[in-house]
Amino acid sequence: MIWAVLIATGTVVATGIYLALSRDLFRCLIGLALLGNGINLVLFSSGRLNTQVPPIIKQAETTLHNAANALPQALVLTAIVISFALLCFSLVLAVRIIQLSGNDDILAIRQAEPPATDSIKPALEEEP
Amino acid sequence: MILPVAPLLVPLGTSLLCTLTSNSVQLQRKISLLGSLLLLGTAIVLGVQVADHQSISLASGSWPLPFGIEVVVDRLGALLVFVAALMVLICTLWQMGDVDPAHSSFFYPLLHGLVAGSCAAFIAADLFNLYVWFEVALICSLGLLAQGGTLKHLDATLKYFALNLVGTLLLLTAVALLYGATGHLNFNALAMSVQYVNPAIMQAVTGLLILAFLVKAAAFPFFAWLPASYHTLPAPSLALFSALLSKIGICALIRTLSSIFHPSPEPLLSMLGIIAVLSMIVGVLGAAYHWDLRRILAFHSISQVGYMLLAMALSTRAGDAAAIFFALHHSLVKAGLFLCAAMIFKLSGHYDLRKVGGLYAEKPGLAAIFLLLALSLVGIPPFSGFWGKYLIVRECLVQGEYLWAFLALLVGALTFYSMMKIWLEAFWKPHPSAGWQAAKIVKPIPVTTGLCLLSVIILAIGLFPEPLIGFVNDAANHLRGHAP
Repeated sequence: MIWAVLIATGTVVATGIYLALSRDLFRCLIGLALLGNGINLVLFSSGRLNTQVPPIIKQAETTLHNAANALPQALVLTAIVISFALLCFSLVLAVRIIQLSGNDDILAIRQAEPPATDSIKPALEEEP
Repeated sequence: MILPVAPLLVPLGTSLLCTLTSNSVQLQRKISLLGSLLLLGTAIVLGVQVADHQSISLASGSWPLPFGIEVVVDRLGALLVFVAALMVLICTLWQMGDVDPAHSSFFYPLLHGLVAGSCAAFIAADLFNLYVWFEVALICSLGLLAQGGTLKHLDATLKYFALNLVGTLLLLTAVALLYGATGHLNFNALAMSVQYVNPAIMQAVTGLLILAFLVKAAAFPFFAWLPASYHTLPAPSLALFSALLSKIGICALIRTLSSIFHPSPEPLLSMLGIIAVLSMIVGVLGAAYHWDLRRILAFHSISQVGYMLLAMALSTRAGDAAAIFFALHHSLVKAGLFLCAAMIFKLSGHYDLRKVGGLYAEKPGLAAIFLLLALSLVGIPPFSGFWGKYLIVRECLVQGEYLWAFLALLVGALTFYSMMKIWLEAFWKPHPSAGWQAAKIVKPIPVTTGLCLLSVIILAIGLFPEPLIGFVNDAANHLRGHAP
């Protein structure tokens, strides 16, 4: 079980980083989302994995035996919700940027930091 | 009982009420002003409380520690909550004037949401809770950035989003690994259990955590999100961003280094020192290149973050105290400078220094306030920046780091160059076009009140630094426990 999760985490994180480094806007954002999911897997596996015993303390006992820790599972749910919200926001942002600029190449989107035209002084900008 | 979580509940409630009243700007303004005053009152009450008792805490649901999610207001938290409350009050005042305000009915909910996220991050005593509030602050700041709606704003939002998300993911990874290694998330419990973990693992995980906070604090190689996004913001959001956002990272870093992973591994501290010095130098050189007021000031933020990191890298009690003092001073001064820049923009129609001028003759009062803030940022006595830099440089010399002390002073000289560039170009030189007339500010009272309030506080800190230095020394003592 732990090896399966390990391989899955490694694959997802590697894919995420590869896509996040892409110049294509959508690929970059999907890559960041995948990276987030890979890290959610790391968080999930910080409780125990190799057990199917429910985390319920039996009568006349005070501690859990051999059950998975339920806390990382609760943490990972929170993290999933947050990363999903951020993914939704980023996709809307990407659609709007592509609509306005007609371009999905990140290197061509330079409106916030226009490239310098002069080697000594930065370009004069149009005011809002 | 509920007092420790009040810095979270008050802005969150204000944010919700402002959302519900989003069809009436008048009502939103009143609620926002009331909420800011209430937060300021809370901060003062908390300050008085923590000055008497070391700290006040609340574990949610009456769960015994370390299982309950704990919120602790100590001196550091109370001080930063006070700064946040003061800044949100000034931003609300500023929004009532007509000097570069934000035009959106979702400005107030997002503003208070950002304050709620930052205040909660200042007082969180649980690593996962800290992560959640980082995210709340991130989402609200994304909203504030995207409000402009033009391609420039959206481009800035994208850069800010992508780079900050990487920082957040690093933090989440560190949280997962720390929980796997120790089984704890509570700061106190972590501090007690790290000594039982293999030091090599601990060093790697601590490094990851510090890396995440450095991204949030906009330190040297990770600062690209800050100059890419700040200059697209309207003045009130910009002042709040500059005062709060990097401080979230700084506050978390101070707690991590001084109370959780103490003593921190030596290689990490020397790396932090190098990063601090590079941030100082790169930030100030970036500022020297630019001519847009907001870009100059944004780059100076990076340089000033370097000073705080330098103080932390010394890893002594006095170093922590200096970092806290400097963080407080920097929040107030940098926000004030951004607000002055907005005044310059309003009066002459441009943020670019090549297109403005002649403001000394038109507005000598504004010129005086700008000079006060600028000299305070540089560190000229008798302003607050002098004491901040004095504490840092003195501790560098005490620890025998003569090179760091020298570089801190050198960067101060370069900061002076940038500030004088703004002074000469915007105030002293005649305006480039001959028939120029300064624009009229229709509603000057709220903005003047805000700026004067900031200046008076900075001047007061500069003239009577003793109580504040005592307070931050106590804060640093509390963070490091009472062991020598």
